[in-house]
This record gives sequence, C-alpha cells and structure tokens, in this order.
Amino acid sequence: MPETIEVDARHLLCPMPVIRCQAAAEDQPPGTRVVVLCTDPGALNDIPAWSRVHGHRVVETREEGDLITVVVEIQESAA
Amino acid sequence: MPDQPKAVALISGGLDSMLAARVVMDQGVHVEGINFFTGFCVEGHTHAIRNRARARPKRNNALWVAEQLGIKLHIIDIIEEYKDVVINPKHGYGANLNPCLDCKCFMVRKAHEWMQKKGFDFIVTGEVVGQRPKSQRASTFPVIERESGAEDVLLRPLCARHRPATLPERMGWVDRESLPDFTGRSRKPQIALAKQLGFTEWSQPAGGCCFLTDASYSQKLSDLWTHRGSKNYELDDIMLLKVGRHIRPSDRFKLIVSRDEGEGRYLEGYRRRFDHLVMRSHPGPLTLIEGEADPDDVELAARIAARYGQGRNAERVEFDFVPKAGEPRGVSVRPLPVSEVDPAWLL
Ligand code: SF4
Repeated sequence: MPETIEVDARHLLCPMPVIRCQAAAEDQPPGTRVVVLCTDPGALNDIPAWSRVHGHRVVETREEGDLITVVVEIQESAA
Repeated sequence: MPDQPKAVALISGGLDSMLAARVVMDQGVHVEGINFFTGFCVEGHTHAIRNRARARPKRNNALWVAEQLGIKLHIIDIIEEYKDVVINPKHGYGANLNPCLDCKCFMVRKAHEWMQKKGFDFIVTGEVVGQRPKSQRASTFPVIERESGAEDVLLRPLCARHRPATLPERMGWVDRESLPDFTGRSRKPQIALAKQLGFTEWSQPAGGCCFLTDASYSQKLSDLWTHRGSKNYELDDIMLLKVGRHIRPSDRFKLIVSRDEGEGRYLEGYRRRFDHLVMRSHPGPLTLIEGEADPDDVELAARIAARYGQGRNAERVEFDFVPKAGEPRGVSVRPLPVSEVDPAWLL
C-alpha cells in the first residue's frame, strides 16, 4: 500500500507550501500521496504547476472554508 | 564528455533567465531550473494576501516559466542562510537595501553546490553584461565566478560571446558562436529573441526580482532594524513588512493596519503574538501593535486606527484592545483628525 504523507502548510504563504510539498515528495516511490494542507489560495495554482513540471499528478483539490487541501500522487517519470 | 550535458539554470521568473535556459536547451543540453526563495521575493503571495476577489491570477512566475520551457523547477528555501547576505553584504547595498552582488554570488554558489550534488555539468544564468548598473557590470562578472566558487562552469549564454570561453563552450557542449551576443541596458534584443522563439508572454519586474529594491519596503526594514537595535530578522518580520500600512508614531511602538479583508485575515494569524486592536463599533481594519505600548500609547494607537475604518468621522469609535498576555479591555476613542497625523509616521 503506497504511503500517504501529510504536509501541514497552513498559514504559510506561497511559495512555502510548494517548497514543503517538494521536500515531502523528494525520493518517494511512485504511488506515494502527498496531502498538503494550506490556507494560501496561491497554492491552488502553485502546487498543480509544480506537479506538472515534475510529472506528478494532482488527484484532488478541496476547499473547505479557508482550508485548502491538495493531494499529489508521485509518478514514475519524475526522476 | 557526458552523454547529454546537464545544466542547472537559475530561473527568476523574468524574461532573461527564461531565454538563457531556452537557448541552452536548444543546443541539446538537459536543463533543470532552480529558484531560490529568500523571503523577499516578489511573488503572487502579496496578491494572495489582498482580497481574493480582486487579486490578479496568482501564479508563481518561476514555475510558470518552467512550464513554458518544459523543464523541472526546484524551489529552494534559503531564508536562513540568506540573512547573512542581507545583513552583512561584503559589497554593500544598491540604491535601497538590495545587496545584489552578494546575492548573485550567493545564489550561484548554492546552484553550484546543487549541481555538484546532482551530478550536473554547468550553471546557466540570464545575466547580461551592462544590464544593471551595480550587479551586472563587466567588472562584477569575474567576482561572481570567483566568490561563488563556480568559476568557469558558470555560463551566461545571453552574453557569453563577450566573455572568455567557459568550460561548457570549450568542451563543445554549447556552441558559443550560436549564442546571442547581448550587452547593455536595452531590452529590445531580448524581446526580439523571445518573439523569435515563440514566446508571447513573459513577466518583467521593473526594479528587480525582490522587495529589497523597493524604497518603501527598504525604509520599513531599516526602521525595524533601528528599533530592534540590531540588524536581524525572522521570516515573519519580513513577510509582515509586505502587509498593511505601517505607522510609527513613537519609538516605543508601531502599528500594522490591514488595508482590506484579505490582509485582515492574514494578520489574524499573528493575533497571539501581538497586542492588537479589534474595531467593534464600525467595520474596520485589524491593527497589530508592535513594541511596548503603555495605556496612553494604546489610546493613540486606537485613535490612529480609527481613521482607517468606517467610523473615521464618528464621534467615538469603540475597540477591544487585546494584549498578548492578559485580559482584553474596551477602548473608546475619538478618531485622530488628519491635521494631527504626522506624515513622518507613515513608513
Ligand atoms: S534584486 Fe534582490 S533577488 Fe535580485 S539580485 Fe538584487 S538582491 Fe538579489
């Protein structure tokens, strides 16, 4: 069962949420899910953009009040 | 020679570094981008703090550039190490508190470390000789090469033909003759090249890549240092300097007054760490008080804050004063008339 890593980036401004997500994703095997909790709406743009350039997949984005959750799945292609 | 040479390109999000990366990619080099977050970067977050409805699309320009180029981008947090660059720049500051030359040396040094760790072959930057008066002069280029430790693995493809050949040129990884030959302050050649390469959009920060080139920001930072009695800062300090109105009516304290709901929400996150004023009688800003305010100071702070809410013309405006430690209490004040506001208070 691939691992799920939760990253708490609430109250951090961009680009910190994406930096935290990148740090969590580093060297993780494909299938790992990184769940980033954040409050800066900039992350809705940055984390998917970061995922695209690294070949990872955003499997879910959720907004509940001020809380934003972005779930990234690490892909094979990202060496 | 490596099978396919690999370069790490410093990507700021502006046009020059985008072009530099691209011309090297076009020569068959594998390029990945690196972008450094110092805490002072001009980024989408300043829009994000302001009202969401009014904010322009919030994008990270460096990531956007990476997408245009189709390369990976590694965003590196250098907040802690960068402090020494800002606090003790060996080569001094530019027009404001921007330590550009030290900053370049530092960033190239970090890129060089990254390059060695990841087994890449050389470094690419978008620098152009003569582009900026202080940090991009012919005389500063060798300083950056030397002090960063990168020496001749540092290639500035946009102006390489005006410089001694670097390792990637000598090794034939990059054909020097096919590179552009830009110099000087004109932006026209860059724009022409961008168009030729099919780019239709790019961002071009006017002053530079960070808030340290901004006069008003630098004034707030220098005020912070003066009143702390030392040149030091934490990330929260320098982020807060980007948010709200900063008003210093006294050596003992300053106010940070939110300018809209978005900033109010951001400042909310700091309520526990600051004495603050919440306007009760009228819609109005959240006001943080930084420093040690005595009861008279709190009264003055409230009178100033009252000017920024809808009760600015009212007889009285009511606040809750919430100290960091201790019980909140009500404060009722007459808004300060504009004639009593000293313009020098506004940082
Ligand atoms: S503008 Fe800011 S980020 Fe750019 S070189 Fe100068 S100090 Fe560094």
